[in-house]
Amino acid sequence: MADLAQTSRPATGTLAGAGRLLDYWAIVYRRTWRGSLVSSFLTPLLYVVALGVLLGGFIAADPDRLEGAPTYLAFVVPGMLAAQAMTLGIGEVTWPVMSMVKWQKTYFGMVATPLRPADLVLAHLAFTGFRVLSASAVFALVMVPFGVWGSWWGVLLTLPTQLLLGMAFAGPIFGYAAGARDESMFSLIFRLGMIPMFLFSGAFFPVANLGAPLEALARVTPLWHGVDLTRMLTLGTLDSGSEVLLAAIHVAYLAALAALGWWWAVRRLGRRLIS
Amino acid sequence: MIAATGLRKSFGEVEAVRGIDVEVRPGEAFGFLGPNGAGKSSTMRMVAAVSPPSAGTLRILGLDPVLDGPAVRARIGVCPQEDTLDTELTVSENLYVYGRYFGLPRAVVRERVAELLEFVQLTDKAKAMVDDLSGGMKRRLTIARSLVNRPEILMLDEPTTGLDPQARHVVWDRLFRLKEQGVTIVLTTHYMDEAEQLTDRLVVMDKGLIVAQGSPAELIREHATREVVELRFGVGRHDEVAPRVDDLVDRIEVLPDRILLYADHGEEVLARVHERGLAPVAALVRRSTLEDVFLRLTGRTLVD
Repeated sequence: MADLAQTSRPATGTLAGAGRLLDYWAIVYRRTWRGSLVSSFLTPLLYVVALGVLLGGFIAADPDRLEGAPTYLAFVVPGMLAAQAMTLGIGEVTWPVMSMVKWQKTYFGMVATPLRPADLVLAHLAFTGFRVLSASAVFALVMVPFGVWGSWWGVLLTLPTQLLLGMAFAGPIFGYAAGARDESMFSLIFRLGMIPMFLFSGAFFPVANLGAPLEALARVTPLWHGVDLTRMLTLGTLDSGSEVLLAAIHVAYLAALAALGWWWAVRRLGRRLIS
Repeated sequence: MIAATGLRKSFGEVEAVRGIDVEVRPGEAFGFLGPNGAGKSSTMRMVAAVSPPSAGTLRILGLDPVLDGPAVRARIGVCPQEDTLDTELTVSENLYVYGRYFGLPRAVVRERVAELLEFVQLTDKAKAMVDDLSGGMKRRLTIARSLVNRPEILMLDEPTTGLDPQARHVVWDRLFRLKEQGVTIVLTTHYMDEAEQLTDRLVVMDKGLIVAQGSPAELIREHATREVVELRFGVGRHDEVAPRVDDLVDRIEVLPDRILLYADHGEEVLARVHERGLAPVAALVRRSTLEDVFLRLTGRTLVD
């Protein structure tokens, strides 16, 4: 017999607060996991077969011009992996956040309890991170038969890299969505932000091909940092001091973006819900 | 339970609440009555610790809602004006996850979900999706949800707005039961019958200020007569008829669709109207209500 006189208390911290949302997100995931599993299994396979195997079959480039990749397939697969982390990181915090603050207003219901805005942001981002990690793991497994992974530890390290990359997008875009009046800017984020990055940030070809000014632009995009870091890990090219330094810069850049995004998201959601 | 003095709330230039004093005592049902835009919902949000006051002091259960928001919210239940239910979850899942937000153990929440579904008569809808519920059922589910933490104060913002009469009575019945159990209830409404039926004490709000307070009976005694005669002469004729009856009573209100004559003995006044050869299309003698109080205090009707 449960203690029915049990009373409610505030959570001791943000982690404990977000923990109270675990059951909510678990129920949400239980409703959607089949679809998301199929898509995270099938989508990379389709892309990799079409672009890496079939189109890549026409590309016989010198490994030096492919950033050390022995084949175009080995070059493009880490790019696709990173692009998937970006897509998921953005996708989970655009319409879903808008729905929870504006259409269904479930966030208003949540914040009427002892939960605080930071608890809601942490739980939502943790769910997003879980989606990125699980989809990346599935992607990595699906790619095993293609023989594109350099070393097992390199592949293992790509998983936290995808998490970091996903958060570098999810944090700031959560912040934007939490305060946005309507969803009109979302299509702009997708068309003018995500798709150009997907195409031109080094996922499909070395950014050196862009020419100096555009290459410089590509190198400041978060996706390029993620793609380059992922590629270093899967190709095992992290073997010189300058490469390690570059990897550290990638991590620092993405972590800074994620941290800034977190701060902005908590602030914007707080202002929206508690006014 | 709730003590506010000089409470104000502004949103930029707009002053929604312009300095109100309120005290709610344990076990009472307290109402905020007023038209849309009177500042009721802004007041409720401040009391629910999700809206910091712009000025004045506010204590809920002895706590400052700005400094101790989570602690206040742990001990109150909120039924907002707009449903914030998760339409992608079932009825019982909505209650279950909400109980978890309060940090209650899973086993406790499961028992409370079953008990609350019974209380709001939704047990046979437990597995239904929220989208498939009627408006009245959603409201009852929201009320059940606001009770999941066994709140010391239950706050209801317009609990029956938008419901059909039958659904309203079901909600009222449940709220009566809670009141009998000793739950302190704070509600806002723009329905005078709801305020009369449910509240022990209420304040009448208009344009961000409290214009009167007391029990429904006290307010009616103070600001209206015992009875009201309602006369309808047809559209456009009321201004013309009014001078011919206004000497019969101390107070008369001429509305676009009717004339109201305030009197202690309505039938006598009505008889004298007929004696003067006036033949209203419809005539009615009724008890005064809070609607009349509001009309008296603000010169406007509650529901436009």
